[in-house]
Amino acid sequence: MRAFKEFSKGFWRENPSLVLLLGMCPTLAVTTSAFNGLGMGLATTAVLIGSNIIISLIAGFIPKKVRIPAYIVVIATLVTLVDMFMAAYSPDLHSALGLFIPLIVVNCIILGRAEAFASRNNVIYSFLDGIGMGIGFAVTLFIVGSVREVLGNGTLTVFQYKETIIQYVIYHKEAVSPALVFILAPGAFITLGFLLALKNYIDNLLKAK
Amino acid sequence: METRTFKVSYSPHIHNGSSTSKLMWNVTLALLPAAVISVYAFGLNSVRVLFLSTFFAIFFEALALLMRNRNWKQCFDGSAALTGFLLGLTLPPGVSNGIIILGSFVAIIVAKQVFGGLGSNPFNPALTGRVFLLIAFPVPMTTWPLPRGIEQAKQFMGLATTKVTDAVTAATPLAAIKEHAEKALPNISTSDLFFGLHTPGSIGEISAIALLVGGIYLLVRKIITWHIPVSAILTVFVIAMITHFINPAKYPHPFFHLFAGGLIIGAFFMATDYVTAPIWPMGKIIFGIGVGLLTIIIRLWGGYPEGISFAILIMNATTPLLDKYTVPSPFGSKTMRRPS
Repeated sequence: MRAFKEFSKGFWRENPSLVLLLGMCPTLAVTTSAFNGLGMGLATTAVLIGSNIIISLIAGFIPKKVRIPAYIVVIATLVTLVDMFMAAYSPDLHSALGLFIPLIVVNCIILGRAEAFASRNNVIYSFLDGIGMGIGFAVTLFIVGSVREVLGNGTLTVFQYKETIIQYVIYHKEAVSPALVFILAPGAFITLGFLLALKNYIDNLLKAK
Repeated sequence: METRTFKVSYSPHIHNGSSTSKLMWNVTLALLPAAVISVYAFGLNSVRVLFLSTFFAIFFEALALLMRNRNWKQCFDGSAALTGFLLGLTLPPGVSNGIIILGSFVAIIVAKQVFGGLGSNPFNPALTGRVFLLIAFPVPMTTWPLPRGIEQAKQFMGLATTKVTDAVTAATPLAAIKEHAEKALPNISTSDLFFGLHTPGSIGEISAIALLVGGIYLLVRKIITWHIPVSAILTVFVIAMITHFINPAKYPHPFFHLFAGGLIIGAFFMATDYVTAPIWPMGKIIFGIGVGLLTIIIRLWGGYPEGISFAILIMNATTPLLDKYTVPSPFGSKTMRRPS
């Protein structure tokens, strides 16, 4: 069952945000709302799947010394595609994520998986690794974004496409004033820190069993 | 003849009986005059804030110690109580109970226990709690109810007071200066700031004289040294004097900066925190100058009316570096150059 193992390791055991601590820049910067986090996670997943497939196919042809520039070219091509797709089909999200879309190029998850996994494994495993890691990343960003949005703004935006917005109001701003700090940068660090602690706590509980 | 027993062991051989817990309770004692003044000025509201912040600081400390499998009775060693008490003193008297409890949570759990408890925290817990609340709830944290004697206070501020729900509020002296210095400056008397009975502000910062009494007590008992408070206050004083000399209409005189806001409580009680301040005299002086500089820069040109909390937290980050580079050389350690 190696295929399932490669697929599922990104969810929990090797979760890119919570265990590998890769891609901290988007994790902290764009998770101001749940949907922003999800959108960023899905964009990264798309790039990650594509780059894992392509790099595992061409890894044999690339000279060892220039492999990083070659990987970056592949990743940059895919990121440009995602950037243009997003600008065309979801301009709201595109403007919310802003600069962080082009920055997916230098996201360490993608380069890290290319270097550590895709260049050493075959296409099928690399594809599964890309999906698993991408979903793990997207779900983590969604959770970080949800916590920050609920605490900092009192709402939970699950979906946003053109005029369709699915947004739940958790509590009213007039009744309970939200803690603005969670929308700002310090809130991202505090939220991520507590999520990390929670994950390690659960791991310890599972280990003790 | 007096007989004393000495242990045959490494030094120290004589102990004066001090302990962390005694130090902490002494600092708390030194803060009591300011607390008493605040109860006079703000009434039971200030008792409520101080009680809640102290009680929940001890509660969260016990909770964190239990979660870390430590002896939970350590929560009574005075450090958590002092953190909670200091936090309460930095809050406006009108804040809601939930905000106070959240502040205690951030101060004890996020700023202290997460880093490993007493002695391991890089930033002053009480100030971390306060700054967290200030960024999280900007409106309640800058709503200042007026102390007793509203009429005097109105005259004192010379500014329009706004009626918010059932409490009358006004700007703190520093906030008034920030908004329109030319209009507010002539109406503020230094003696009012010094005694602090009619000044709006945080619970513990209003009365300079009460804080000075506590600070001098700490200096006399040798709980703190003069380096940090004196260098911080002197830096603020000198820069305020220069700017006041250049433009007296816009920049208030140096004594205003000394007695308004949280400079004295910060310089004496928070910047001198054993855990987060440098230990060597030279490092302490650099630390104090840094605190003073950042405070007056934020006050005069920054986005917030008061900068002492930010200044101390920023300088806390430099403490490890200062400790490393200001180690005094022991007497006689310099290698003598032989005359050739």
